[in-house]
Amino acid sequence: MSDKSVKRRDFLVKLAQGSALAATAGTLWAYMVKQEVRAHPYALRPPGALAEHDFNALCIKCGQCVNACPYDTLKLAGAGGDIPIGTPFFKPREIPCYLCPDIPCLKACPTGALSPKLKNINDSRMGLAVIDLEHCLSWKGLRCEICHRECPLKGKAIVLETHPRGISKHAMFFPIVNSDYCTGCGICEKACPTSEPAIRILPHQMVQGKIGEHYRLGWTFETEITQEFKPAAPSAPPAPAEVPKQAPGMDYLNEGGL
Amino acid sequence: MSGMPQYSRADALASIEKLRRRAWPARFWSWRYIVLRRLSQFGILLLFFGTAHWGWQAAKDVPVLTGNLSASEFMGWFPMADPFAVLQIFLTGHLLQPEVILGAAIVLGFYLLVGGRVYCAWVCPVNLVTDLAGWLRQRLPIPALFALSRNLRYLVLAAALVLSAITGVAAFEWVSPIGMMHREIIFGFGLGFLALSAIFLFDLLILKNGWCGHLCPLGAFYGVVGRTALIRVRFDKASCTHCGECARVCPEPQVLNLKKLEEVGLVASGECSNCGRCTALCPEDSLNFDLRPLIRKHHEARAGGQV
Repeated sequence: MSDKSVKRRDFLVKLAQGSALAATAGTLWAYMVKQEVRAHPYALRPPGALAEHDFNALCIKCGQCVNACPYDTLKLAGAGGDIPIGTPFFKPREIPCYLCPDIPCLKACPTGALSPKLKNINDSRMGLAVIDLEHCLSWKGLRCEICHRECPLKGKAIVLETHPRGISKHAMFFPIVNSDYCTGCGICEKACPTSEPAIRILPHQMVQGKIGEHYRLGWTFETEITQEFKPAAPSAPPAPAEVPKQAPGMDYLNEGGL
Repeated sequence: MSGMPQYSRADALASIEKLRRRAWPARFWSWRYIVLRRLSQFGILLLFFGTAHWGWQAAKDVPVLTGNLSASEFMGWFPMADPFAVLQIFLTGHLLQPEVILGAAIVLGFYLLVGGRVYCAWVCPVNLVTDLAGWLRQRLPIPALFALSRNLRYLVLAAALVLSAITGVAAFEWVSPIGMMHREIIFGFGLGFLALSAIFLFDLLILKNGWCGHLCPLGAFYGVVGRTALIRVRFDKASCTHCGECARVCPEPQVLNLKKLEEVGLVASGECSNCGRCTALCPEDSLNFDLRPLIRKHHEARAGGQV
């Protein structure tokens, strides 16, 4: 065998070995990283945090938001814990977010993992308060309503609904969370007097459903008139818009002699 | 080759003997860079820790040094950031805020001037662990378990960048023992000390200078950055007796290839961390910190004189 072909074979073997090393070690490394990233879907992030995947990509794990928080609400996750390593989080039952109007944590973030698009702290959506109706004192009929009173957006994020209480003349006061206003600050979770909080903050994707575009709540006057109900464009042959005589409901099932 | 000056063994042995017989003041003086490096490493950690835990302020509402080695802010306005971390985040395809990019540029510029791996020897907290392991290993009869190429770190560096693009998160930052160490010192304890114990044992019992000298991709990154650094170790060919004491204390002895040093008159490799061990120890004072342009001028003048 010539010297050249031995050299070539050596090179090819080295190349294969190098590739194998890179591929196996790289796969293992990527697996570790992916495991760590999905460590805890319940992590609550500081105000203005991007969606979890973008947040994990952009957060440089410097802890400047933790330094800036005047209430020691924010913590930086240690290695080997439930929360993705080195990222900021808070546990509302321990210390909630007190919604500083100047948002110092967000201002301290150098990378934009906490998005500077958030201008008003009341627009932050760190999570959503969820009430366990079975263990809520107010829903049991006691006059608690502490979460409502403590809520920084009371009357908006948490409203009270009165319900008759059997034959008693005293009404029941049910706290109800409105996701249009709830910031997820967790002051309610901190304040809840039950031994395990009956109201707690969870990330939106863990609790919030989505109706879907195809459902029409026809009986509500607030239902938007959507594209399909608008008159057709002038270029198309004008189809006579059938306006039902009756209120929309189940009656259409009786049409056509069914 | 015939032009190379011959070195006598007797001269080399005399140099080593000179080193052994140093008086105590000279011995203490030879520790100056070790002391300065520890002051620098602990001082930086202390500034971060004091600001985070004791609310150190330069003036009212002006914290001294917030954040950690990944990204920080000095005196409330001077941003700094780890350029390697920023590069990884950039490769995940996310847009970064200008503040962190400016911080990374500042840090990168600093290390381009003083030598990339100055970070390794003068700033990195893991260096405290690996220096201890290296110091112990030099005093214990521990044979090498296997040999690894010191170029492996460049493969790890490339893998970190490729994996950042593939996984969509900064691949090294999520497993970095360096990050674990400074975060957990500054922001509270997790299980990062297990990773550091692993590095300590690896360096002590398995591979000498294993982590910093063979694997660490941040060191590899700064090794590339430091290739054109201004501050370098100057080599004086005339006084060197080839005793080899410099290579014995150097954590990256391949940078002290004497043939190469004679050619260029300085430690050219970016893998040199400017730790100063060799300059403080050299019994003939042949190695000293200097500025690259001055060294080059001097070297060219001397080479011209010889021709």
